[in-house]
Amino acid sequence: MEWGSVFIDGILATIGPVTAAYAISAIGLNLQFGYAGLLNFGHVAFMLVGAYGMAITVDLGGPLWLGVIVGILTAAFLGFLLGLPTLRLRADYLAITTIAAAEAIRLVVRSSWAQPLTNGVFGIQGFADSFFELNPFPPAELYGLGSLVVTGRKLWVMIVGWTVAVLATLLIRRLINSPWGRVLKAIREDEDATTSLGKNVFAYKLQALMIGGAIGGIAGMLLAIEQQNVTPDAYLPQVTFILYVIVILGGAGTILGPIVGAVVFQFLFFTIDALMVNTQANIGWVGDLLTPAAAGQVKLVLVGVGMMVLMVFRPQGILGSREEALIDER
Amino acid sequence: MNADHPMHGVAPEPGVRKPDPVLIANDLQRSFGGLQAVDVKHLEIQRHTVTSLIGPNGAGKTTLFNLLTGFDSPDFGEWHLNGGPLVGIAAFQVARRGMVRTFQLTRSLARLTVMDNMLVAAKDNKGEGLWGAITGGWHTTEQANEERATELLERFGMIDMAGEYAGSLSGGQRKLLEMARALMMNPEVVMLDEPMAGVNPALTQSLLAHITGLRDGGKTVIFVEHDMDVVQEISDWVVVMAEGRVIAEGRPEEIAKNRTVIDAYLGEHHGEAAS
Amino acid sequence: MFWLAAITLVALFPIASFAAGESIGGKLIQTVGEEKTPAEGVTVIVLQGGVEIGTGQSDAEGAWEIPVPAAGVYDAQLDTSTLPDGVGLTDPDKEVLTDITVREGQAKKVIFPLGVGSTSSTSSYERVGALFISGLKLGAIIALCAVGLSLVFGVTGLVNFAHAEMVTLGAVTAYFFHASPAGPQWPLIVAAVPAVLVGAGFGWAQETGLWRPLRVRNTGLVAMMVVSIGLSFAMRHLILIFFGGEPRAYPDFAGQPPIEILGISVVPKNLMTIGVALIVLAGVGLFLQRSRSGTAMRAVADDADLAESSGIDVNRIILITWMLAGGLAALGGIFFGLNEAVQWDMGFRLLLLIFAAVVLGGLGTAYGAMVGGFVVGIAVEMSTLFMPNELKTAVGLVVLIVILLVRPQGLFGTRERIG
Repeated sequence: MEWGSVFIDGILATIGPVTAAYAISAIGLNLQFGYAGLLNFGHVAFMLVGAYGMAITVDLGGPLWLGVIVGILTAAFLGFLLGLPTLRLRADYLAITTIAAAEAIRLVVRSSWAQPLTNGVFGIQGFADSFFELNPFPPAELYGLGSLVVTGRKLWVMIVGWTVAVLATLLIRRLINSPWGRVLKAIREDEDATTSLGKNVFAYKLQALMIGGAIGGIAGMLLAIEQQNVTPDAYLPQVTFILYVIVILGGAGTILGPIVGAVVFQFLFFTIDALMVNTQANIGWVGDLLTPAAAGQVKLVLVGVGMMVLMVFRPQGILGSREEALIDER
Repeated sequence: MNADHPMHGVAPEPGVRKPDPVLIANDLQRSFGGLQAVDVKHLEIQRHTVTSLIGPNGAGKTTLFNLLTGFDSPDFGEWHLNGGPLVGIAAFQVARRGMVRTFQLTRSLARLTVMDNMLVAAKDNKGEGLWGAITGGWHTTEQANEERATELLERFGMIDMAGEYAGSLSGGQRKLLEMARALMMNPEVVMLDEPMAGVNPALTQSLLAHITGLRDGGKTVIFVEHDMDVVQEISDWVVVMAEGRVIAEGRPEEIAKNRTVIDAYLGEHHGEAAS
Repeated sequence: MFWLAAITLVALFPIASFAAGESIGGKLIQTVGEEKTPAEGVTVIVLQGGVEIGTGQSDAEGAWEIPVPAAGVYDAQLDTSTLPDGVGLTDPDKEVLTDITVREGQAKKVIFPLGVGSTSSTSSYERVGALFISGLKLGAIIALCAVGLSLVFGVTGLVNFAHAEMVTLGAVTAYFFHASPAGPQWPLIVAAVPAVLVGAGFGWAQETGLWRPLRVRNTGLVAMMVVSIGLSFAMRHLILIFFGGEPRAYPDFAGQPPIEILGISVVPKNLMTIGVALIVLAGVGLFLQRSRSGTAMRAVADDADLAESSGIDVNRIILITWMLAGGLAALGGIFFGLNEAVQWDMGFRLLLLIFAAVVLGGLGTAYGAMVGGFVVGIAVEMSTLFMPNELKTAVGLVVLIVILLVRPQGLFGTRERIG
């Protein structure tokens, strides 16, 4: 049992660009769900739309910075389209609608009908070159301490990613601590009461959806840049689910919850995975019981169970306050 | 009742005109799946009075409230506030125009503090707009609002609770909070849906004082109530509904003797709070 | 002589190098009952991204092989005009096989199932008719699954995402009793019995072990829905661990030759699916209308407090509802497995269509769910008349979204009052 390498894997995953991207996406979802109380279960669609918006723009010959802008605007626009008809629905209806919409979008993007634009199942590659040209670190060089090393290429994505995560957090903090944020929290408590106080509840929910969606789009773009590739099958409903675990784990409706949640989740996720892979390969009876593929599934089962336990026993997550969770009448 | 009383000389008939109506409704109708919940031919509410809206359960009082404040849309009819029509106006707009309502089951914003509850109600805070929130510059308004809120909270005796979560308040305190909150909006008409429901009888007197205080402060108050003693004590005018229609109007003493009203309440006990 | 040989060698070289690499191939054999006849001279086309990569013809044994330039994802299309007389695809959907993944150095085998076909290309009447029957069959499956979901919502207010896994569990349990080498290998009809019982049992377990304790703790409905999503996720991957990722078909009723009814070609097991489902749904309807428990169930769905004060044991009714939902879902899963294949995420793939059905009919109404199921099934299948096959699920989802926008209470639900 290589405990050392298991631990190293966990740390690397935790600080890596994928975690940063998940943190950013969770920040967007936290605004929608944690603060505004919107049960958006199609958040992965914002990531998909942002990533594809950027990739298609570059594919059609545009510069990357334009692609980023297009990605953000497309994601925000999706929020508008999605929100306009659905925000008047009850929470559970909203959940179903958003899942359905996200899957429908994914299926259309994946289809041969959309091939000319999205390249269907195969996705788009080679749009991230200008990003990596900006890298001040030599891509092949290794940076870090001891066995905790990353390549220059990865370091660049990490730095950009985490900077964006911090900026997004600062933006959310500014919004939430303002009167606008207060209205949003009031809406989460009781929409009718907030309406009776003269606030246009619908407009606020739509704004939260659009801003959260745009942030999700940014996360999608970061992931696409990291992997140098967008494919429709990277945006399954499973991703939204993991984002919910991250948001709730960190503490829904807290400023730092998304980042904390992403970091803790990724660490646990990868450590458990590495553990399972290791024990499956090295410990006899485990190897007899589980195939390597099955061993890789254990972490996902635990995610599902973890979510259930979290919702029942500690719905406020790591950073949320017990008081706020206890008063929850819903 | 002397000649100074605003309702002096007004005949006790359903749909009667008032000398200075702030709210007028015509032909308001709303039915739910075949059941006619509201069918009000004509209703006027006199300015600067306390009007109570009474009637047996299911008479349509809350539905009427919902219709008037935009929380529900009628099948038919129109109504206006100070001459301004309210048909098709969204509920939040109605509130901004000066007609504020409370709810039967208190809806405090539980996970907000008492002070935050008050501040949300303040109108025209630039920081409540998305742009204003990002660019900032709302702090002066916020401070002014806090001062007003503090005054109101003191008046309602709740200033000590300003930092507490509204969800931790008692039932009576939440009623007071709802009232104070409504006042933050500087409304013209305050519509209270069963303000006494679920309140400790010891608190009733102070709540009543607050309600008459609203009128004395220049507001018009309409409230739904079941307790006839309360109605007698503070109402300037009473409107009685049954089965969706206004069956009687008049001063409290007149209503108490009204045959139609007594018939409508047949089987209900006078003086018992029913909810 | 030498030059001829050299040129031949050079000409053959690229083909030879291809042949050593990746390819897609198979055997085209017409199966009618026990009889197997190879289909010769049939053309197959391999495509990638809509671009033709290569073609090939089946030989006297029905074997065909088409080289592909590299590992990747391809589609294979059968040129039905080259099929011999009397031979046709048993499933018109399988004319194009999509998403064929070829690994490095792999000679991938795929199957175009062939049976008795009409001698001429199918007329539009036949096509519409066949799709309608397909729609009824898919609709029957959805209806069976949707009724349970709707009833559970009706009596508890919970939208249970784990319903998907009750469907999968039914199919997987039936597979174990029917086809697993570790199991008793009963005929499918017999294996269905323990599967339905397990489904009902799982419903019982969920209610007793999870939902009732949560209700006692006063957990909010939104929180419970999120818990159900977690449960669904955990179970799905648990099933993946124990069942594996490959889809498996039930051996019984596989490769059934179609029969002709009213000029439409129908596979008998589809008729059986529709028939049995209708009988079961009718039974559920009778149960809801006539039996005491059924009536109590409708009362609880209408107004739980009122029902309780009339002396109905609400918790017992909820338990019965869960068991009924579990059993029906299991049955739906078995039929779904019969129709396609048993797969770890089959319930989840069906879930969105189940939601569409339930919402269309009206969340909380059983009859609505039945009608909704059939409507969604027919809409999804018949949409392939004017839309590409791969988008047909998207059609179901669009139906769902449109209903929620236009008439959220569904066909049979009632609009909610405010305040």
